[in-house]
Amino acid sequence: MNLVAPASSSPAPAPSAIGKVLAYQLNDVVRSRWALAYTLFFLLVTDALFRFGGGGTQVILSLLNVVLILIPLVSLVFGTMYLYSTREFVELMLAQPVRRSDLFAGLYGGLLLPLAVGFVLGTGLPFIWHGAAVAEHLPTLGRLMGVGVMLTAAFLALAFWISVRFEDRVKGLGAALLLWLFLAVIYDGLLLLVAYTFSAYPLEQPMIVLGMLNPISLARVLLLLTLDVAALLGYTGAAFERFFGTGLGTALSLGALLAWWGVPLALARRRFLRKDF
Amino acid sequence: MTAAASRQPMPQSSTSDLPSRQPERVDPLVDVTGLAKRFGRLEVLRGVDVGFRRARVTAVIGPNGSGKTTLIKAVLGLVRPDAGTVAFDGEIVEPGDVTYRSRVGYMPQRAAFPENLTGREVLTMLRDLRAGDARQLDEMLLQTLALEPELDKPLRTLSGGNRQKVNAAVAFLFRPDLIVLDEPTAGLDPVASSALKEAIRSAKARGVTFVLTSHIVSELEELADDIVFLLDGRALFAGTTDDLKRETGEDRLERAIAHLMISPR
Repeated sequence: MNLVAPASSSPAPAPSAIGKVLAYQLNDVVRSRWALAYTLFFLLVTDALFRFGGGGTQVILSLLNVVLILIPLVSLVFGTMYLYSTREFVELMLAQPVRRSDLFAGLYGGLLLPLAVGFVLGTGLPFIWHGAAVAEHLPTLGRLMGVGVMLTAAFLALAFWISVRFEDRVKGLGAALLLWLFLAVIYDGLLLLVAYTFSAYPLEQPMIVLGMLNPISLARVLLLLTLDVAALLGYTGAAFERFFGTGLGTALSLGALLAWWGVPLALARRRFLRKDF
Repeated sequence: MTAAASRQPMPQSSTSDLPSRQPERVDPLVDVTGLAKRFGRLEVLRGVDVGFRRARVTAVIGPNGSGKTTLIKAVLGLVRPDAGTVAFDGEIVEPGDVTYRSRVGYMPQRAAFPENLTGREVLTMLRDLRAGDARQLDEMLLQTLALEPELDKPLRTLSGGNRQKVNAAVAFLFRPDLIVLDEPTAGLDPVASSALKEAIRSAKARGVTFVLTSHIVSELEELADDIVFLLDGRALFAGTTDDLKRETGEDRLERAIAHLMISPR
């Protein structure tokens, strides 16, 4: 009889490797200086806005457009680029006793965290050192940060989906840029075109639906509704305000934005779990 | 020679074997049965039956695009086969099964590591990923390859050859029972290459099973005990190097392989 328990020949996989993958990746991303440059950019822009123009509300309004354009772009491009460059190492990690689902979660978290923290610090710190982090501005600033983080999460999910969908990195990067161009620039133009063409018809409801179909429009509506400047937005915002009132409109657009995060992420994960490496 | 698609190496070659019927079977560490895989319209593997025998070096050879890497990756669980099974140490590997991989070491064809990390950090990270594994690390190869001074530099600053050395060391580091090497000596200098071969021989003597792909015949001559010849996704030959020489009527491995490539049937 063996007094010493024999070493198990097939040890169970570590309960979860998510934390380890995440830690390694944070390390790698932070050192790549991309995340640092991203943080510095927000820091400089926010600081400059404070120096050139007035108080907290104006700064938040000006930041809004930076957030709506830049966060999707950086999340998409940095996300896809990073994933393509790390492909072979992912393959090596998958040859270790690691579940694919753990690896996926670790990779996603490892990209989301530095980008989200970079954005929050980059915009938040100037508010503190310019003394504008007062109770009056905190709710709107909080909203801005919340929506910014959600946009980061949603567009990173899209980046993951693109990178598992396209084997070829040139195609993938092209798809990422096209998607950004479409959602950030072309979509608004199309919306205007629709509004102009069908201006003789009641357009509020179609506009609401069309607004929901674009995460950037959604984020804009969410922020403008709280800033009480929805009238500035013309069709989409006005319709949102009139039809839903602030409460329901916010809930609906929040839900839609969450779907823009959850659906691509679920699709990407599903494909990642079945993919051939 | 009709060893075509035959089951694992059999000492006496029988000429009338039906594919896959072999009453007394050696007990291979890895047993691949009916493996098929297509990528789009391309059928990469069309029903491959091979076994990788314990404490032996099996070389998977064949022209480019014959399915070598796909076969290896299917064994590692990186590629999900359309049909067929892979059994490791007698147990069929289900999709999503990861525990057997704590007994497998892998050296991919191309060494691509996170650029900003050092070799030591990557090794530590891989060790952490294998947390259930209390085995002593095998740092012999790290030493014989003289990697120690390179381990604290960011991997992006390492030369391709040195990265390939790290890649090789990783495969041996966790004392696996099976080591899979995809073109191991490509890009290694002669000194490193012979250190790697030495490591293979000494690990084999300890009972480690090897599967490797290579185009370098001298290397196969030196290392391989068994040969699997793939062509168009089928295993046209699976047997010992001696079997191969006998069946082709050639006394040199190089000629025997050339014989297979030129007149595959």
